Amino acid sequence: MSAIENVSRRGFLTGLVAVGGLVLAARFYPEIAGHERAPGSNQADLAKLHPNVFLGINPDGTVYIVAHRSEMGTTSRTSLPLVVADELDADWKLVKIDQAIGDAKYGSQNTDGSQSIRGFYDVMRVAGATGRLMLIQAAARQWGVDPAECTTEMHVVVHAATNRRLGYGELATAASKLPVPAKEVLKFKPKSEWRYVGKGSPSYDLEALCTGKAVFGMDAQLDGMLYASIEHPPVLGGKVKSVDSQEALKVAGVRQIVPIDPYQPPPAFQPLGGVAVIADNTWAAFQGRKKLKIDWDNGANESYDSEAYKKELQETARKPAKVVRDEGDVDAAFAKGGKIIEADYYVPLLAHASMEPMVALAEFKDGRATLWAPTQNPQAVQDIVSKELGIAKENVICHVTLLGGGFGRKSKPDYVAEAAVLSKKLNKPVKVVWTREDDIKFDYYNAVAAMHLKAAVSDKGIPSAWLQRSVFPPITSIFDVNAVYGDPGHLQQGWTDIPYDLPNLRVENGPAKAHVRIGWLRSVANIYHAFAVQCFTDELAHASGRDPVDYQFGLIGKPRIVDLKNTNYPNYGAPYDLYPIDTARLIRVMQMAADKGGWGKRKLGKRAGLGFAAHRSFLTYVATVVEVEVDDQGEIKIPRVDTVVDAGLVVNPEATRAQFQGAAVFGTSVVKTGEITATKGAIDQSNFQDYPVARMSEAPYQTNVYLVESDAPPAGVGEPGVPPFVAALCNAIFAATGKRIRELPLSKNQLV
Amino acid sequence: MIQLKVNGIQRNFDGDPQMPILWYLRDELRLTGTKFGCGVALCGACTAHKNGEAIRSCVTSMGTLAGAEITTIEGLSENGLHPVQKAWIQVNVPQCGYCQPGQMMQAAALLKSKKNPSDADIDDAMSGNICRCGTYQRIRAAIRAAAEAQT
Ligand code: FES
Ligand code: FES
Repeated sequence: MSAIENVSRRGFLTGLVAVGGLVLAARFYPEIAGHERAPGSNQADLAKLHPNVFLGINPDGTVYIVAHRSEMGTTSRTSLPLVVADELDADWKLVKIDQAIGDAKYGSQNTDGSQSIRGFYDVMRVAGATGRLMLIQAAARQWGVDPAECTTEMHVVVHAATNRRLGYGELATAASKLPVPAKEVLKFKPKSEWRYVGKGSPSYDLEALCTGKAVFGMDAQLDGMLYASIEHPPVLGGKVKSVDSQEALKVAGVRQIVPIDPYQPPPAFQPLGGVAVIADNTWAAFQGRKKLKIDWDNGANESYDSEAYKKELQETARKPAKVVRDEGDVDAAFAKGGKIIEADYYVPLLAHASMEPMVALAEFKDGRATLWAPTQNPQAVQDIVSKELGIAKENVICHVTLLGGGFGRKSKPDYVAEAAVLSKKLNKPVKVVWTREDDIKFDYYNAVAAMHLKAAVSDKGIPSAWLQRSVFPPITSIFDVNAVYGDPGHLQQGWTDIPYDLPNLRVENGPAKAHVRIGWLRSVANIYHAFAVQCFTDELAHASGRDPVDYQFGLIGKPRIVDLKNTNYPNYGAPYDLYPIDTARLIRVMQMAADKGGWGKRKLGKRAGLGFAAHRSFLTYVATVVEVEVDDQGEIKIPRVDTVVDAGLVVNPEATRAQFQGAAVFGTSVVKTGEITATKGAIDQSNFQDYPVARMSEAPYQTNVYLVESDAPPAGVGEPGVPPFVAALCNAIFAATGKRIRELPLSKNQLV
Repeated sequence: MIQLKVNGIQRNFDGDPQMPILWYLRDELRLTGTKFGCGVALCGACTAHKNGEAIRSCVTSMGTLAGAEITTIEGLSENGLHPVQKAWIQVNVPQCGYCQPGQMMQAAALLKSKKNPSDADIDDAMSGNICRCGTYQRIRAAIRAAAEAQT
């Protein structure tokens, strides 16, 4: 995709490409500027000065920066290159971004877990600083001066003493002959000289996105490609017994009906199997599918019914379970009495419903598979496609298009594997297009979860004992069919990491077997865990007649680093000494949010209320005040949201604010309507009429986002906004109506 | 044979008249700015103009379009950028951007009929267009900015 964009932008192929057409094919590579080009090698690789895999500089002064992470709306494709450009002291206007293909040489490309910036901030700085030093060295050599006497101004090396200047382009060739300096000798710019980091920039693709020219996976094309639409087994693990394709084949434009093998358990990222309709255009493929008559063997998951399953989860949540964090002696403290308060919370399965349904284009040719896909994880594409096709990973070339949303769904490349399998079978380029119905019915859902919380409270309301237990089918079940317990990576999400300073605290996790594919969805386990903890906190505050914010300050206690030495706590993969749970930072965002949100100060109308929640996830501290109004019909409106964020160093503040505004809308969908259910193993919902997501009239009217100035290392911004918003909205509904929301979505509750 | 104009260019179509124009635009004309989001008029990603009015191209069959003038995001402005597009850039609306061609086509149609839309007008006109990334606040701001720029 990068090649395509660059090609058309630079007009190399003017005349070769039909207007409105996209140049995607590898066959064009050899023609680009006469280079002998290996498939997938990009302009940065080919540039004259090429100090590392992320950067290339050409004699014309163009700086190529590789975006190796996927762009799904969080601006990782812009923000990481900004870090390189800043350290290089480059002119952003002379920067061209090359989207990387999947390749282990870039390190992790799995764009999930809100970790692009924190995982690669240092790597990007090194890339930029290396280039800058080499340019300085080249200039110094040419001038016969000590490199230490040289500095840079934007895109120029300067020797101030003699007032000499050389542009980066002029130096690229000479610099390319120098050895790459060791990391130890690099000098990084002081913060006062940063041009882009902390100031940010709109998306590199902004204009393309506003003119319809941006290339998403849905827009990828190759001449001669066929279109495929796949009827998947309605129940996970189902198989085709028989198929009658006669009528389907009569549909104009339908060419062929092709079976796809069922997966071998565990499902992981394998195609689900089923029957593909191959046609000349997308519409014909869809129509053909409607005419297929398939008899399914649904298999064991046919027994799954989400209503009965819910009861099981709730019962499990009330029984002693596996202890995953233990402080003091909860049982002894409960035995001593005090006022016991208990509550049960429930959040159903959730679907991602990214705006662009799953789609992928594959061309299998000469033993090599080339793919164009909106994927969050092109290296996972390489893995699954090499396995499915029985070819070496190096022979899987995965181009990453823009993603029409991802939210975690597109880190699981089952749909890309489908295109690859079909292209190999048909020996033609094939584009697999999922319908919205496919997307809703064949998702990797955010786990359904039941939580049970219990506290013994004293007069002042501070608990002498706190027990919390959650039960949910784990994500690990897609890799191990017998997995029933949460793994540390998901139990840490708002559960084992509870930051309250309590003498007696026990955190538990009960077993649950999965009957659908479970997967990461924006904020993941934090959604249901923070919902339970932050709503329970609000309940305890009210039961004790305390202000909820004040009360929570009391629970958190003195500023401290939470000691989790005795808990299996992976801290989102980050070292704990660099990214500890620092309650001082939590307290600060809480104070600021209360202040900005006018907590306790605003006059609200009848059936209106403010709700509060605070939560650390993906290493970022967030506190939110949500204002809600409930009308006579029980419909809610959200006039205002105030969110305070401490994400450490923020590279792109404007884009970060947008993420938290978006998180409030995403959270609104979770609360209002987010619910996937199943009957006889098959998902009941299908499209936006029965899996509605928030529309403009329902979304928060005004979300104010405040970023805490921080020198702490960068943390996540894509996900941390959702969990506290969900809880704060439910607490606001209580403030407005006196009704506790313990089960989502809202339709399960009578508000008036 | 169905004759229609797409972005000012005369086109002849002799395929399945049941086929929604969305697929004619995307698969045949390769005008991929108009997006597929739901296929059943629930999301607005496929919004285009028919004779200046917003339509959902995913449910508008070719058979109903004889003599129609269709405009897509690629043809929204003949030269340079439409005020709506300028406002979208100025306000930095898109996140993933997938819904935005549909949002802009819907907004352009709104501003044609209402020069200075109220909040309620904007809600009314725009609530058929889903943005899963949640850019609504900025969409509203951009519509206001475009309205101002037009007057
Ligand atoms: S694709 Fe037409 S309204 Fe959704
Ligand atoms: S910007 Fe992503 S769906 Fe609207």
